[in-house]
Amino acid sequence: MTSTVTRATTDAPGPPAIVPAAPGRGPASNRSSAPGSRTDDSARALARRRRHNPITWVQRGGLTTLLFLLPLLIIFGVFSWTPIVESVIMSFQKTNLVTAPVFVGWDNFVAVFRDPVFWVALRNTGYFAALALLFGYPIPLVAAVLMSEVRRMKGLYSVLAYLPVVIPPVVSVLLWKIFYDAGPTGVFNTILSWVGIPPQPWIQDAATAMPSLVLQATWAGAGGTIIIYLAALTSVSPDLYDAAEVDGASIWGKIWHVTLPQLRGILFITLILQIIATAQVFLQPFLFTGGGPVNSTTTILLLIYQYAFTNSLGGAYGQATALSIMLAAFLAVLSVVYFRLTSRWSDE
Amino acid sequence: MTTTAPAEPGVQDTVVTPRRRRSRQVAEEPERGILSAADRRRPQVRVLGTIVNVVLGVCLVVIGLVPLLWLLKSAVTPTQDTLTQPLALFPNGFAFSNLFKAWNDVKIGDFFFNTIWMAAGEWAVQLLVATTAGYALSVLRPKYGKIISGLVLATLFVPAVVLLVPLYLTILHPPLIGHSLINTFWAVWLPAGASAFNVLLVMRFFDALPREVFEAAKTDGAGTFRLFWSVVLPMSKPIIGVVSVFAINAAWADFLWPNLVLTNIGIQPLSVRLPQIQSSTDLGVYLAALTIATLIPVAIFLIFQRTFLRGGGLGGAVKG
Repeated sequence: MTSTVTRATTDAPGPPAIVPAAPGRGPASNRSSAPGSRTDDSARALARRRRHNPITWVQRGGLTTLLFLLPLLIIFGVFSWTPIVESVIMSFQKTNLVTAPVFVGWDNFVAVFRDPVFWVALRNTGYFAALALLFGYPIPLVAAVLMSEVRRMKGLYSVLAYLPVVIPPVVSVLLWKIFYDAGPTGVFNTILSWVGIPPQPWIQDAATAMPSLVLQATWAGAGGTIIIYLAALTSVSPDLYDAAEVDGASIWGKIWHVTLPQLRGILFITLILQIIATAQVFLQPFLFTGGGPVNSTTTILLLIYQYAFTNSLGGAYGQATALSIMLAAFLAVLSVVYFRLTSRWSDE
Repeated sequence: MTTTAPAEPGVQDTVVTPRRRRSRQVAEEPERGILSAADRRRPQVRVLGTIVNVVLGVCLVVIGLVPLLWLLKSAVTPTQDTLTQPLALFPNGFAFSNLFKAWNDVKIGDFFFNTIWMAAGEWAVQLLVATTAGYALSVLRPKYGKIISGLVLATLFVPAVVLLVPLYLTILHPPLIGHSLINTFWAVWLPAGASAFNVLLVMRFFDALPREVFEAAKTDGAGTFRLFWSVVLPMSKPIIGVVSVFAINAAWADFLWPNLVLTNIGIQPLSVRLPQIQSSTDLGVYLAALTIATLIPVAIFLIFQRTFLRGGGLGGAVKG
């Protein structure tokens, strides 16, 4: 970068023969410039024009650079940027893949709000997110703090904690589906029978289905958060602990006044990331229950999927994109508000 | 981040000289955590610490390892035993035939190779996009580069579900090609390349490469392509390794998208096929199929542990 810039400026006052004068404005501006005092200005103008010239651009390797960017531009253009824009457009259209799309204004959004299942899905997603926070947010933190104090087995413990994360998600859900067998000889029910608890219906009952889904999701995801916390814990300066001890802090005191405040930044981030992730839960309801029993586990994402792909009347693409745009907008607003609020606490 | 460089292992040294560095650190005075050396000498703390350590270890084994071991055990246990006594250890001997039946009769072998083929293609596309883009944006640095990297970064904040429907319609009617890509591997390979995470990861690594090397190579007459192929790529083996491991693992885990675009049984990967065969397959054989689907990701994890566990460190770096 720096080398090309200096070259361009030093080259500028060179022989004008190489400079292909731009048609039109070029000569006129040269003539109008006063002799002597304005030569610097005109030289700079020339240099600027030269940098924007297509031929010199190619000579300096502009085309080669573009060639290297081509895979990114094609792949992101076709499979990321265009679909994002299309999604916004489609949410205001009626599309049935047969006739040309028709602009319908806010109809798709209204249709989503009028759908009673939407409100059920909204409540279920909120319930899932709340339960996931209750189970899933404190456990990785406690586990990571304890694991960080272990001297010898730390590596082994990290591997054990991370193992559930590397099992393919589909396999892990299907495996837990077998664990959740509602019969008295199901895996979990057998374990419960050891301590005298009667068999539970797990995913077959509307009341226990959602907690069962959250339990599996927590098991599958906790390892990743533990690893993040472990990394953050190693960056807490030992001096702070030394200083706390000089002030007579107990072990709890050190955790409360040093460890947790030092992790504050990462704790804020994992919290919002978890909320964003749970708002988009799909795999568990899709594979465990398909949304049942009686819509008790239908989530927003499952509803989007159903609108678009399992609709007997043909894909309601407009409604599906309208709902996904609303979800994205909600998460964006939530994140912005969240970071506004927490930045005040993180900075002090 | 104000900490000194060696204390904060970046992406660069994940694979380069990990072992030496680690052993040196262990030899030195170990970094202290919450507990001080004095704390550790107190008898109360010692007893409590040992108890916590044992409980933690048992919990982690039960949570992390036991479900996998149960899966492995049940894969070679007769179906009747798994149904009636799921937690007994081989009450009536083994049933290794489950594995053969799963591989041959349920055709798990075919789906296994479909998964490998899918993962290989996604890996190749992701690597092509990430390395060429990283080179263009971080080494060649055109003036409009900031705009492009900004647009790539922006996609990171768009939930994937927003793309679902339009992307599906794009695969149904792709531009220029003229026929649907549904039920071809291209339908999963190409969209996988649009991973902003990979591009940003590679860019961050390329930004940290010493620019003097590039200048030297240019002085020696290396052109843009030569610089990419013979200088930059060989220097970026660590980051290529990281991207590769994540790409292959993500491909193996992917479900929603391949489930939508690969409806033909003949080219479906394991993740799509396994839920479909559940009701029609004998439990023992089915568990054997699940086991086969788990082997490769777990093996990759155990081999490349450090990449995975440092991957968390990448997330931790967001903190600075």
